[in-house]
Amino acid sequence: MKIAIKQSLLSLFFFAAIVGCAPKADKKLPYIGEPDIEEKIVDGKTITDTIYHRIPSFSFLNQDSVLLTEKAFDNKVYIANFFFTHCPSICPTMQRNLLKVYEKYKGDDRVSFLSHSIDFKFDSPSVLKAYAQKLGVTNEQWQFVTGSKKDIYGLADQYLVYTREDASVPGGYDHQGYLVLVDKDKHIRGAYDGTNEEQVAQLFTDLEILLQEK
Amino acid sequence: MRKLFLSSLLISTLIGVLITIQACQPNVSIETAQYAVNGQKLYTTHCQNCHGAKGEGLGQLYPPLTDSIFLNKHRSQLACIVKNGMKGSIEVSGKKFDNEMPGIPQLNNVEIAYILTYVTTTFGNSTTTYTQEEVAKNIASCD
Repeated sequence: MKIAIKQSLLSLFFFAAIVGCAPKADKKLPYIGEPDIEEKIVDGKTITDTIYHRIPSFSFLNQDSVLLTEKAFDNKVYIANFFFTHCPSICPTMQRNLLKVYEKYKGDDRVSFLSHSIDFKFDSPSVLKAYAQKLGVTNEQWQFVTGSKKDIYGLADQYLVYTREDASVPGGYDHQGYLVLVDKDKHIRGAYDGTNEEQVAQLFTDLEILLQEK
Repeated sequence: MRKLFLSSLLISTLIGVLITIQACQPNVSIETAQYAVNGQKLYTTHCQNCHGAKGEGLGQLYPPLTDSIFLNKHRSQLACIVKNGMKGSIEVSGKKFDNEMPGIPQLNNVEIAYILTYVTTTFGNSTTTYTQEEVAKNIASCD
């Protein structure tokens, strides 16, 4: 008798686990970054408002030497990363993986891609253009930008990605290989190690969830 | 009866092991297989970021290492390319590549032999070891 109860409890547990794992239509991704809590007085009452971390405005030169601002990504979900063209370490793997995402969503104008070069000395627009073509990027959906060290490295902090000029590492620049998922309102909703296959698979799943969000 | 059962189990296990070995390493000697296993670790560290886990390369940035014709034709230059890098334009698998490849001068001859055995037998169609002697001979005549 005892065994029977145990068994039924066990099966109930498994059932719950399976149901719990089933994808739900209202699944939401978290908001990443330190939120600001704002107190406002509306109609004599104090209300608190949570302001999630947002990517601030920016302005960089792209691979066609055209100024690109955050407006290009208004009402779009986009994936941002930091790299440089002659990076011998993690960048090729990260870009190979991001290229898979690009190829899946090519022509889908809800999704964009933005790669920032952290090599402000060498990666001019024409170098970025040649790189993009060789990588296999054939449309405007994936932008490659360059800017001053202060602007690019400052923005990397806003994406919560570590970047640093460091002569002691191969290539001369140290940085993290995160693919940062940003929503239509420029909130960070996910960050995935672009060199880790499991995390890249998670990016594919999460990007779909984000696109379904109202 | 029990003895018969045990011995038939042993025999079938042995056959299974033999088949597995055969399937994993078709036509290569134990030495070649050992070189390739050591080479895989070094490949992961030094080569995989650009050339990919399956030697697939990336677009027209980094050439694939799966072009057997290229590997066979340039076999005597491979050691120099790994050690000293490469400049200029090459054609691999019907595509042109002109990015500069950095060399890895700190690798010694046996490490280069491991890597090249791995690359030529796993991605290419070679069945023989790229030996240390072959590396030494080719390194001596790098241009």
